[in-house]
Amino acid sequence: MDFEMLSRIQFGFTIGFHYLFPPLSIGLGLFLVISEGIYLKTKNELYHRMTRFWVKIFGLIFALGVATGIVMEFQFGTNWATYSRYVGDVFGSALAAEGVFAFFLESGFLAILLFGWDKVKPTTHFVATILVCFGAHFSAIWIVVANSWQQTPTGHHIVGLGDQARAEIVDFWQVVFNPSFLDRISHTYMGAWQAAAFFVLSVSAFYLLKRKYRDFAFGSMKIAIVIAVVASLLQLVTGHSSASTVAETQPAKLAAFEGHYPAHAPAGMYLFGWVNENNETTSGLEIPGFLSFLVHGNTEAPVTGLKAFAPEDRPPVNAVFQSYHLMVGIGMLLILLSLVSLLFWLRNSLPEKRWFLWVLVFSVLLPQAANQLGWFTAEVGRQPWIVYGLLRTEDALSKSITAGDVLISLILFGLIYLLLFVLFIYLLNEKIQHGPDEPEMVEGHLA
Amino acid sequence: MITFDLNTIWFLLIGVLLTGYAILDGFDLGVGALHLFTKTDLERRIMINAIGPVWDGNEVWLVTGGGALFAAFPDVYATAFSGFYLAMMLLLVGLIFRAVAIDFRSKQPMAWWRKMWDVSFSVSSILSSLLIGVALGNIAWGVPIDADGEFAGTFFGLLTPYPILVGITTVALFMMHGAIYVVMKTEGELQAKIRGWINNTIIFFIVCYATTTMVTLLYVPHMTDNIRDNPILFLLPLANMLAIANIPREIHLKRNFRAFLSSCAAVAALLALFGVGMFPDLIYSAPEAANSLTIYNSASSQKTLKIMLIIAVCGMPMVIAYTASIYWIFRGKVKITEGSY
Ligand code: HDD
Ligand code: HEM
Ligand code: HEM
Repeated sequence: MDFEMLSRIQFGFTIGFHYLFPPLSIGLGLFLVISEGIYLKTKNELYHRMTRFWVKIFGLIFALGVATGIVMEFQFGTNWATYSRYVGDVFGSALAAEGVFAFFLESGFLAILLFGWDKVKPTTHFVATILVCFGAHFSAIWIVVANSWQQTPTGHHIVGLGDQARAEIVDFWQVVFNPSFLDRISHTYMGAWQAAAFFVLSVSAFYLLKRKYRDFAFGSMKIAIVIAVVASLLQLVTGHSSASTVAETQPAKLAAFEGHYPAHAPAGMYLFGWVNENNETTSGLEIPGFLSFLVHGNTEAPVTGLKAFAPEDRPPVNAVFQSYHLMVGIGMLLILLSLVSLLFWLRNSLPEKRWFLWVLVFSVLLPQAANQLGWFTAEVGRQPWIVYGLLRTEDALSKSITAGDVLISLILFGLIYLLLFVLFIYLLNEKIQHGPDEPEMVEGHLA
Repeated sequence: MITFDLNTIWFLLIGVLLTGYAILDGFDLGVGALHLFTKTDLERRIMINAIGPVWDGNEVWLVTGGGALFAAFPDVYATAFSGFYLAMMLLLVGLIFRAVAIDFRSKQPMAWWRKMWDVSFSVSSILSSLLIGVALGNIAWGVPIDADGEFAGTFFGLLTPYPILVGITTVALFMMHGAIYVVMKTEGELQAKIRGWINNTIIFFIVCYATTTMVTLLYVPHMTDNIRDNPILFLLPLANMLAIANIPREIHLKRNFRAFLSSCAAVAALLALFGVGMFPDLIYSAPEAANSLTIYNSASSQKTLKIMLIIAVCGMPMVIAYTASIYWIFRGKVKITEGSY
């Protein structure tokens, strides 16, 4: 396989693996703030146990997020050296700001969250929880700023020619608030909240099915259902808003979302379908005119299609089409699941609906899948550009490494991440099986 | 003399970040390097919990240093990390295993499980320290760089005697630093035992350090140019020697915290010496010295350096404030409790 492909696979694989953990930390951070807040307000011991249990899970997830994040930090330099030279002036600052403002905050106060129960006052502990939650949300901001800038670059100018060209910053705030940033950060946050909410729902549903820790499980579920309903509904809003920004700023990507080829014609939206990239046709179940309607508010309005772009300027169409449709499909399913959970809760019948609890146990996979698919859609849809319209992916590689080097590191990461994943699942399972500590167990128990 | 333009300020600030990293994560890595010398499970738990609440925050100094290098000197970030590709990958593997070993070890009681993570904690700590040292050694000795600023050497070309010597010196330094830190955090038998190791680690370090200094004077003359031109800088090696000499004295007087401060000062002085030696180069190019990457030919625009300075000025005082408060909260001897690793 060629050098470019290997580097792309390595980046996609390592970031995809990293991204299994941050959404859970971001969302669980919010969950912990709520549960610990309720505990402090009501002094109800149940919420104390709840917070302690989920903090332990949080610690495990966080450790993996840290171990895999450090790889990302250096990978721009190791594998994408030309790109790093090109963008360093603009988005190196975002990466540095992330460290200064977010990672220090998160990792520092996490220590209090995990080990500080007996060392600080309950209110101080709560402040630490809030700061960790804030830090996690803040770290997402900077990295999404960097990524959004490369999707929709603004606030810079290009200096130098040919190999020496690079982007230099002109207006910091324009770089930060580039056209896609707000949509994408809010969409990313909601995806993270959904990931954590369904994670909590899944574990709690499992306890209810096993008839264990009933109060604990039901209490956790209530918080999670509230988060799930809010985040799932808002996800539709932020997703739609992202799509309209893509329509404006990255028309080739939008066309790939719907497999829309005609250069200038009204476009529909597929519920599902298949793109034949050789014949440049798309077939499936289509709502005619609906894409035109979403983009322009008019079913007759023309939408720019892939034929308006030279073949070498088009992203892979079918892969993007499928991942996009799967993400949206999962989004709809999650709205349904969260509303049904809410309904059963309000009717007080949730613990009896065993079939639905089983559904919830497996629902944890859905937001994880949608998060991965979402990034895949956004990033593969950006191809062949690494910085949209400015720098091509094939020109962005490191010059001093070879395909062999990348193959070695890819195999290395493949094996290590496989090991980490197995261990993570094993330890997570142990923690879940062990369950929350009973009140009398908290004393004298050696981990 | 130096002019304090933005490029110089960023040279200093990245130096500060890396010094912060070496001082703070240095003792974590040192504790890891010494880990297998302890024997019982309880001792090993104490070792790990001595750094338990702080190691992640300490590692962030490296993450931020990397980010700052990317932003301030993108060409150096790109050339060094792609040039040292396989070595970087090994460093990442080391840091990954260190992180998960700390977290996973206590999660299961089986002896084989704990043993596995003990070995992985220790080996990955030693490997990481060694590689960091090797990288510094290469940057100082010089690596082949072509006219485009790209690395033109090979992986094995990086493993020459001088960088390896610097690597071993780094391991020795961190071991000494880590031993002193653990003495400060422990009590009773274990403390007495580790106190006994300190002299050995100091001797090991001094031997390495003296050799490195000699080799540097003889074979890496460009590292001493700045000191030769500015005799006042002789104070640095002097301060360094005093700081190191002070350690056995403080240990003898059982003033552990002061011994630790001395050790921190020694680490800081060493990195300052390194910085003085390099300035204004960031990567020295050999044999073509003209191709060296300097703080001028590899920097971002003045505008970016200025924005970053604002970020640093706003952010770093906060970072220092909460780092200090966290060390304060977790001060005192390690106690193994229900929530410990
Ligand atoms: C700040 C930058 C940044 C950020 C925050 C992300 N990415 Fe990205 N991604 C890149 C910067 C980047 C890149 C360096 O620009 C790549 C490498 C090759 C390319 O075309 O873009 C890339 C490629 C890339 C690919 C391969 C696409 C291809 O080569 O066809 C995938 C699947 C992802 N990314 C997935 C993700 C995920 C799951 C992320 C969420 C955490 C993510 N990216 C965040
Ligand atoms: C390529 C881009 C990325 C890089 C370079 C990167 C880098 C890192 C690094 C170095 C860490 C460890 C920090 C520590 O030691 O404490 C980390 C953890 C983290 N990252 Fe990433 N990251 C990337 C993508 C993302 C994205 C897209 C998000 C969220 C939307 C994210 C959110 C987090 C969070 C919340 C943590 C804390 C640990 C955790 O929660 O699991 N990161 N990342
Ligand atoms: C409900 C319907 C949804 C719609 C209409 C939608 C729409 C979109 C669009 C248009 C993008 C591309 C943005 C870009 O390229 O700039 C995107 C990306 C993404 N989606 Fe969705 N999405 C939906 C549901 C979901 C769900 C349920 C999740 C996760 C739980 C999710 C996670 C993501 C992520 C992580 C990205 C990449 C980050 C980004 O570009 O914002 N999406 N989505």
